[in-house]
Amino acid sequence: MYLSTIDRPARDTPRPRRRARPRRGRVAIGPNVLALGAVSLLTDVSSEMVTAVLPLYFVLALNLSPAAYGVMDGLYTGATALLRLVGGYIADRTRRRKRIAGVGYTISAVAKLGLLGAGASAPALGAVIVADRAGKGLRSAPRDALITLSTPEPLLGRAFGVHRAMDSAGAFLGPLVALGLLSIVGATTPTAFDALFVTSFCIACAGVLTLALFTRDHRDEHPRAKPVTVRAAVALLASPRVRGPVYAAGVLGLATIGDGFVYLVLMDRQGFPAGWFPLYAVGTNLVYLTLAAPLGALADRWGRKRMLLCGYLCLGIGYLLLFGPLPGTWTTALVLLCLGTFYAAGDGVLMALAAPVLPAALRTTGLALVQTAQALAYLASSVAFGFAWVTWGPATATRVAAAAVLAAIAVTAVVLTGPTRTPAPTPEEAAE
Amino acid sequence: MKPRPRILIAVAGFVALLAVAIVAIGTAAGPARRIADAGTPGAVSLAPGPRLLARSLAADSRDHLISVATPDTGGGRTVSTTSCVRLYAAAGTGICLRLDGGLRTFEAVVLGPDLDPRRTLPLVGVPNRAQVSPSGRMVTWTVFVTGDSYNGGHFSTRVGILDTRTGELVSTLEDWSVLVDDKPYEAADLNFWGVTFTRDDGHFYATMSTAGRRRLVHGDLATRTLRTVRENVECPSLSPDGTRLAFKSAVDGDPRHGWRLSVLDLAGGTVTPLAETRSVDDQATWVDARTVAYALPRGRGHADVWHVPADGSGVPRLVIPDADSPVALAPPEAPEERAAT
Repeated sequence: MYLSTIDRPARDTPRPRRRARPRRGRVAIGPNVLALGAVSLLTDVSSEMVTAVLPLYFVLALNLSPAAYGVMDGLYTGATALLRLVGGYIADRTRRRKRIAGVGYTISAVAKLGLLGAGASAPALGAVIVADRAGKGLRSAPRDALITLSTPEPLLGRAFGVHRAMDSAGAFLGPLVALGLLSIVGATTPTAFDALFVTSFCIACAGVLTLALFTRDHRDEHPRAKPVTVRAAVALLASPRVRGPVYAAGVLGLATIGDGFVYLVLMDRQGFPAGWFPLYAVGTNLVYLTLAAPLGALADRWGRKRMLLCGYLCLGIGYLLLFGPLPGTWTTALVLLCLGTFYAAGDGVLMALAAPVLPAALRTTGLALVQTAQALAYLASSVAFGFAWVTWGPATATRVAAAAVLAAIAVTAVVLTGPTRTPAPTPEEAAE
Repeated sequence: MKPRPRILIAVAGFVALLAVAIVAIGTAAGPARRIADAGTPGAVSLAPGPRLLARSLAADSRDHLISVATPDTGGGRTVSTTSCVRLYAAAGTGICLRLDGGLRTFEAVVLGPDLDPRRTLPLVGVPNRAQVSPSGRMVTWTVFVTGDSYNGGHFSTRVGILDTRTGELVSTLEDWSVLVDDKPYEAADLNFWGVTFTRDDGHFYATMSTAGRRRLVHGDLATRTLRTVRENVECPSLSPDGTRLAFKSAVDGDPRHGWRLSVLDLAGGTVTPLAETRSVDDQATWVDARTVAYALPRGRGHADVWHVPADGSGVPRLVIPDADSPVALAPPEAPEERAAT
């Protein structure tokens, strides 16, 4: 019943240099990927509707100082990165990827109710927010592993593209749902926020239900060849072809500066009232969700590495345009287009690029490794860019960032030249 | 599982979840509508007089402006139809920071003596502090904004100042010249909040934070310059005679340890901690030359207005239960005082 198996090309012949092309016009996205996309969409609506109103909730309903929120916010970045690896490893070890992802989705759903229970206690609210992020950290890698396991390798880019498009559509809808709900309720009283959190919980539960009922684990398709141990997980990094994507993710993460910086420059240059600040992210997200699926599919035909590097080229161009010759409105439109394209060409494509070189038994851990490398590098680059901004001013800092992107493209082109071809499929894989 | 029962379970589950959400929204919407209709038109005036204004946090009149006589004459609270999340007033001019209906963003509304809206400005971010200069001419507010990424997506603050006479608007202090210890200073992480005006309408005090340190700054509207005065003074509030600042002082210099309400003597530089020992995270307001009032949170979504002597003596006293954002409408100024400005 899996369309993906129908479309799966024969893989026992040596692959030609160009990737096997999926035939045009065929539905090539497995229902498992669509179901996982629906789960992500629902979960993102649920979590973004809460994220969008948390500042309001803290300040208006709880009379808490925003500084208290800032302290809590700082708690989870590190915890999430570590949990990704833990979640990935447990998922590989038990080979119950769906279950681990489900635990992650459930924790985040229950956290929405936790917001009700925490009342105005800052430590309790902090714990709830950490739990929510922990759930996110836990589920990302197993979910991406499920996508790779439900998709034939030549179609991975498209599958990730479709998934990311659905995911960002949820992130796009979430704040709108929250605003709509607060408009219906008509006030920002604690009771109004209670209703919002309960609604968010219900939407998250719908996501968990979708995961439980409509997605399939691929537990049995890859009998364990080698035992999954911590040592084996660490040994992943010793393999040059695994190191390639991890290094690439790290280098590319280092070259990316925070979107917020970009939006700040745009705002300063255009003299927009600061109230429109959130709209920049909306613009970027719209481009992202529109292009994610087509660029993912294009990456499958044209080469994922090439697509990834083109995405980063877009990013570099975007950075250069910030202080380029174009008038304000054009600058804003083109920079947002560049940012959105960069995400569409980078996020899912990187996963599609990494998955085939990872041994099936340790695929979740490997994907978590790639994600963690990128996240930590990104964190470091944001701090570094902050310093550059203060030292050299925004114009020079963004040009330096553009140069860093070009350098990262060169480095990535080299570290990814190693054998990125899929390891010969095991009979079990081929028979999936 | 076979497809058919699986779909049945899914449909039943989705319907149940939808029902829970609808009930939650419906239950919240009813009371919210009743609160929106609370209050009496014209019940509250901004004209100077022996009264305290505040924002009600009571369940039946949340966000509505209330007025209480001082000293308490037993008249209870008068509730207005006007709603704000933060308010301040002086000399017949008010500033009301509130949600602007449709899109759930905020606006600052300049109010005349009868709470009549004079000018409305859109705000970006969540309103937090508001003040009006003693003459009623200058109004200022602070909002919290997210997205400035030098602080990793945490909150930063932005100050707005409006000259109600000329209509001139200062939309941020971040592009002003800053002198730290009399030396020019530039940084991307400048944050300002909690403005309080001097009597001449041309100068003010505020808090500036940069590189993890929070300082009291003195601002000059004519030269657009900010000069640091001293450290660890947040949310200043100038006394009626302009000689002292009530402020929140971070315990051990660390906001995570809470704040101690204190008064700084501007001429001598001495700091007097007040008798309120609970952590006060508010811009205090002067009720008269000897007393300051402030809000203290209580439980989820509630707060009370307290006051305490400004000289460190006495004990805190509860003045308005279930309210925050207090402001005293002092009696009209004596003529000789006005001549001195």
